[in-house]
Amino acid sequence: MSGRRIFSRPARLAAVAPYLWMALFFLVPFGFVLKISLSQTAIAQPPYLPVFDLTQGWTAIKATLAALSLDNFRLLISDNLYVVSYLRSLVVAMVSTSILLVIGYPIAYGMARLPRKWQSIAMMLVIVPFWTSFLIRIYAWINILQHDGLLNKILLALHLVSAPLVWLSTDSAMYLGIVYSYLPFMILPLYATLAKMDPALLEAAGDLGASPRRAFWLVTFPLSLPGVGAGILLCFIPIVGEFVIPDLLAGSNSLMIGQTLWLEFFTNKDWPVASAAAVVLLVLLVAPMLFYDRLQRRQLEGGR
Amino acid sequence: MAEEIPKSDTAEEWSRPEPPATGAADTPLLRIDAVVKKFGVFRAVDRLSLDIRAGEFFALLGPSGCGKTTLLRMLAGFETPDQGRILVDGKNIAQVPPHQRPVNMMFQNYALFPHLTVWDNIAFGLKRAGMNRTGIDRRVTALVALLKLQGMEKRKPDQLSGGQKQRVALARSLARQPRVLLLDEPLAALDKKLRESTQLELMELQRRLGMTFIIVTHDQEEAMTMADRIGVMDAGRLEQVATPRELYEAPTSRWVAEFVGDVNMFEGQVGAREANRLSVSTRDAGTIIVAEPRQPVTKTTVSVAIRPEKVKLSRRGPASDAVNAQAINRLEGVVTDVSYLGGLTTYKVKLDTGAVLRSSMANTARLDRDAYHASQRVVAWFTPDDCVVLEQ
Repeated sequence: MSGRRIFSRPARLAAVAPYLWMALFFLVPFGFVLKISLSQTAIAQPPYLPVFDLTQGWTAIKATLAALSLDNFRLLISDNLYVVSYLRSLVVAMVSTSILLVIGYPIAYGMARLPRKWQSIAMMLVIVPFWTSFLIRIYAWINILQHDGLLNKILLALHLVSAPLVWLSTDSAMYLGIVYSYLPFMILPLYATLAKMDPALLEAAGDLGASPRRAFWLVTFPLSLPGVGAGILLCFIPIVGEFVIPDLLAGSNSLMIGQTLWLEFFTNKDWPVASAAAVVLLVLLVAPMLFYDRLQRRQLEGGR
Repeated sequence: MAEEIPKSDTAEEWSRPEPPATGAADTPLLRIDAVVKKFGVFRAVDRLSLDIRAGEFFALLGPSGCGKTTLLRMLAGFETPDQGRILVDGKNIAQVPPHQRPVNMMFQNYALFPHLTVWDNIAFGLKRAGMNRTGIDRRVTALVALLKLQGMEKRKPDQLSGGQKQRVALARSLARQPRVLLLDEPLAALDKKLRESTQLELMELQRRLGMTFIIVTHDQEEAMTMADRIGVMDAGRLEQVATPRELYEAPTSRWVAEFVGDVNMFEGQVGAREANRLSVSTRDAGTIIVAEPRQPVTKTTVSVAIRPEKVKLSRRGPASDAVNAQAINRLEGVVTDVSYLGGLTTYKVKLDTGAVLRSSMANTARLDRDAYHASQRVVAWFTPDDCVVLEQ
């Protein structure tokens, strides 16, 4: 390639802005969290030790650094509570993401096949729930699912059940809430890849002897994989760290890591352990992201 | 799936195929019988009938929106006719879905599968036909050789040039050895130079394989160059089906005469007729003597069409007596426009009646001191045989 300097100076400055943003609002706070995770709890303000004090000079800083330890991480591994929370989070995220994919793919596929003018309307319908606060929508679900709520009333009226069922504070309610809340994040990337697919490709597959069903599995689905990956990532990662939905809709006997973290932080006032839990969560989530990133890059390079 | 893949798999056999399987030579391979396709109230194809013989290179030519692509898509099975039949080897396939038809199509923008390699693109149709591995390997290898794609087998479509993509698309559509190959504007995406060489390659290929090709194009030069016969379409109907030469020299309607090539057109009343000559009195070009057409003229108002290259110019009228005898139609006027196009020069002559007559003459000599120039007064002349009488 000739002419490497295709970007003007202002353009290059503009490219720096996102990195600046990342550094300021992600890396620096993460540095704080990481540091706290290596500290010990204390009845103090802030509630941990040691505290960096830059006024005391170099030796004090060195002493502070020496006082940092991995004790909290050891605790996370040794105490069943945390391991179980992590596992539950991963399982809930996996199950929810699978349900989301199974529900979201046909919806996105149907949207992409609508006539052009209907597509934007369908898109609106997917996005419209965002106009109401997330929290309010979850509370609405509580209303629907409670003992004398809408769902039970309908079931009773249709004589499908003889007595009201318990919905609230069950895993079913939690999965319902998660799937409901995250569905747009699954549909939109899938729709984007499916809508830009050349319909002539399916005709070509049919012309070459593939039945519509085979054509879907041989052409449409493989070509929609980038959208599938993006949808899975967009749902899986925030669901792992989900706090509000399990807290409001699920029972209290098993916790997701977000809830455990909240307990440590607000109830136990154990900032260091909460921070350590957050750091481990981040590491757990970075792994699938890196994997997806590599997958996409390989796809861009055209494979070899 | 009624799939028949003959056993001719080596490159040798690809170049010398068995003769078309259809028995009698006069049964058409493909018969389109009174086919109608409506989109809402719009009739894209309007009671169209056409027979295509085995081994023929047939071109569907027409302006955009004339229904030629819709017709091709009905042959491929992507559209279903509202009425009429489509017979291949005598079997009606009008309602058969695309994946069960003995035809294949080469798509306008190739529609290569972007996630598959060149090899897998070509093998796609063979795998669907349930061919075994060795059979597929041999067939694809033969096609790769036939279309000069060696070394590209592992590439993805993104890594190919336009010409290479075109050849992969062709290989893919040939792989199943279809009874009829449909080509939808196969050369439209190529640049001019490549298009011309590819035209010749395509003709050569069709001749070697003895396969039946139906090509859709809006480019009349392309259709003229490649096709054995051309069907000119307008508004969902076939205006004329003829060889390229017939189409140009003996168009059957005003529309065809004007669509294919350039033409001078004069409308007039049919007058006296004597000794195979008919006189037509026109407002713009006076009385034109034309050769009487084979089909007797039934209407009183007709159009006379003369191709520009049949109109000769001279300063005073034809020089020799021999020419003089032929130059029955003479029109006087002034040259208003001269366009030098290299191989030929076109002139616009403003006749004394006010009408404009176009003439084009080959530049047969490098130095032409006698070339006509604008504002020069000339005599334009043409013979009765050069005129075509059109009733519609």
